[in-house]
Amino acid sequence: MNGTAVLHSIIDGVLTGSVYALMATGLTLIFGVMNIINVAQGIFVILGAYLSYALSVHLGIDLFVGLAITIPTLFVVGIVVERVFLSRIKGPERVVMSILVTYAISLVIEGVLNMVFSVNYVELHAWYVNRSVRVFGIYLPYIYLLGFAMAIVLLGALYFMLYRTRFGTSVRASLADQTSAALVGINVKRVSTICFGLGVAVTAAGGMIYGATNAFNASSSYDLISRLLVIIVLGGMGSIGGALIAGIMMITIEDLVAVVWGPVWSNLAFFLILVVVLSIRPQGLFGKPSVRVA
Amino acid sequence: MLRARNVWWILALIVLGLFPLIETNPTWTTIGVFALIFMACATSWNMFSGYSGYINLGSAVSYGVGAYTMALLADHLHVPGNGDLFWLIPVGGVAAMIVAVPVGLVALRVRRHTFVVITIAIFFVFQLSAINFSFTGGTSGLQLPLIPWLETNYNKPFYYSALAITVFAALLSAAVRRSRFGLQLLAIRDDEDRAAGLGVKVFAVKLTGFTMSAFVVGMGGALYAVFLGQIYPQFVFDPIFDISIALMSILGGLGTLTGPLLGALVLESMQQYLTIRFSNGSLYLIIFGALFLVIILFMPQGVVVALSDLRSRRAARRVEGARVVMGKAS
Repeated sequence: MNGTAVLHSIIDGVLTGSVYALMATGLTLIFGVMNIINVAQGIFVILGAYLSYALSVHLGIDLFVGLAITIPTLFVVGIVVERVFLSRIKGPERVVMSILVTYAISLVIEGVLNMVFSVNYVELHAWYVNRSVRVFGIYLPYIYLLGFAMAIVLLGALYFMLYRTRFGTSVRASLADQTSAALVGINVKRVSTICFGLGVAVTAAGGMIYGATNAFNASSSYDLISRLLVIIVLGGMGSIGGALIAGIMMITIEDLVAVVWGPVWSNLAFFLILVVVLSIRPQGLFGKPSVRVA
Repeated sequence: MLRARNVWWILALIVLGLFPLIETNPTWTTIGVFALIFMACATSWNMFSGYSGYINLGSAVSYGVGAYTMALLADHLHVPGNGDLFWLIPVGGVAAMIVAVPVGLVALRVRRHTFVVITIAIFFVFQLSAINFSFTGGTSGLQLPLIPWLETNYNKPFYYSALAITVFAALLSAAVRRSRFGLQLLAIRDDEDRAAGLGVKVFAVKLTGFTMSAFVVGMGGALYAVFLGQIYPQFVFDPIFDISIALMSILGGLGTLTGPLLGALVLESMQQYLTIRFSNGSLYLIIFGALFLVIILFMPQGVVVALSDLRSRRAARRVEGARVVMGKAS
C-alpha cells in the first residue's frame, strides 16, 4: 500500500461514486415526492444496461448515443409502472405496500431478462471502455471519466429542472408537503407520475456505465439495490443533496477499504458505516428528524 | 369445554399429523416439510411484524444464523449423522435470538419506513459475511453429517419436527396476542407516539418482540440445514426468503393467527410444486412475481380478513334475526 494507490482509489471512488449518486438521486426523489420506496430501482439499472447491450451488439449503436433511446424508454417504463401499479396503492401502509409491489415487479423483470438474455454474465464494449489516460502517474480509465462527466451533466440538468423551472417548483412543493401543494393548485398526481418516470429514467444512464465497468446479469440487481438503499438512507430519505454526498462518500470509502484492507472487507464496510451512522443520527446525514404524522 | 373454533384447530392438527402416514411418496412429504417450516417461520414473523407493523424484510438473517449454527456445531461437536442432530435445532433458535439483539438495537432506532430499508441492508451484511469469511466455508458452503436413513422413512422425523415447531410457533403467537405484551405491540402498530404517551416502553417492547420472533425462524433454519444436508450462503441468506415470509403473512392476513399459517401452507406448497413442475427458474420468478402483484393489489388485507369480514356480516344478519324472534316472545 502506498500514497499513490490511496490517491488512485479516492479518485476512482469519486468518479464511480458520482454514477451511484445519480441513480440514488432518482430513488430518493421518488421517495420524497411519492412516499414510495422503489425496490425495483436495481433491476431498472440492469434493464438499462441490457438495453444498451442490445443496441450496441445488434445495431452497433454507440453506448452514449444509445442513451438517447434508452433514457426515454425507461422514462416510459417508469410512467407505465406508476400508472398501472403504484397509483393503486392507498391507505396507511402505503410505504410498505410500495416496497412489496416494486419487489414483485422486479422479480417479474428479472425473470424476463433471464429468459431473454440468459443468466450468463455480459459486459458492454466500446473502443473507450478498456483505454485509460495517464494523469500525474495515475491511470484513469476513459469510461470512468466519461461516466463522471455524464453524471455531472445529468445531475446538472436535474438541478436546473428542480430549481429553475415551474415544474421544479411544483416538485419541491410536493417534496415538502403534499397536502399543501395540492391546496395551492399543484396537480400532485401528475407531478408524482413524472417524478417516477424521471427517477427511473436516470437508471438508463447509470446502468450503461455500470454495464461498461462490471460484468453483469439480472441478479446483479440485488447488489445494486442494496447499495442504493444504503446510500439514500444514509443521506436522509428524500434528501437529494444527501443522496449525492452519501453516494460519492460511500463508494470512495468502499474503494479505500478495498485498497487498505482488501476487497473482502469493502462490501462489509459499506454496510457497517450505515449501522454506525444510524446509531448516531437515525434520520441519516441530511434527513429531517422523523416527526409525528397523524 | 370444546369451542367450535378449537375443534377446527384440533382437526387441522390431526390432518397434518396423519399426512405423512397416508401419503408416503417422498416428493409430497418433502413439500410438506418445506410448507411446515415456512408456516412456523411466517407465524413467528407475524408475531412481531404483523402485530407491531414493523415489517422486517431481513428475517433470513435469523434463518441463516440458525442454519449456520447447526452446521458449525454439528461439525465442531462431531455429532454423528443420526437423530442426535435434532437436539441442536433449539440451539440454532437461541443463536438467532442472540444475533437479533444487536440487530434490533440498530434497526429499531428508526421508524417503520427506514426500518424496512435497514433490515434489508443488515440482511446483506450477513449474506456478504457468510460469503466472505472462511469459517462459513465461503460460497461453497458447509456440509452436514449424512443421515443414513432409508428413503421411504427419511422425511418423517423432519416432518414431525417441523410440525412440532409450527405448533409451538402458533401457541406462542396466540399467547402473545392475548397477553399484555401483545396489546402493547398492537398499540405500537396503531399509534406509536400515543402508546409511548400512555406508558408503553416502546423500545423495550419492540426489541423483545423482535428477539422473540427470531427464535422460531432460527429453528426453522436449523431444521432446513439438517434436512438438506448442505447449506450455501445464497440459499439460507436468501432475499426471496425475506420477501416470501412477508408475502405469506400478507396473503393470509397481517396480524391474524390463522393468516400466516394458511398463507404459508398455500404459497410454499405452490412454490415447491412450481419449482418441480417448471425446472425453468425464470418462468417460476415471473409466475411468482405476477401472483404476488395480484394478491397485493387486489387483496391488500389478506384472505383471512376478507373471509372474516364476510362471516361477521353474516353473523350480524343472524343477530338481527334473533332480535326479531326475541321481540315476538316478549
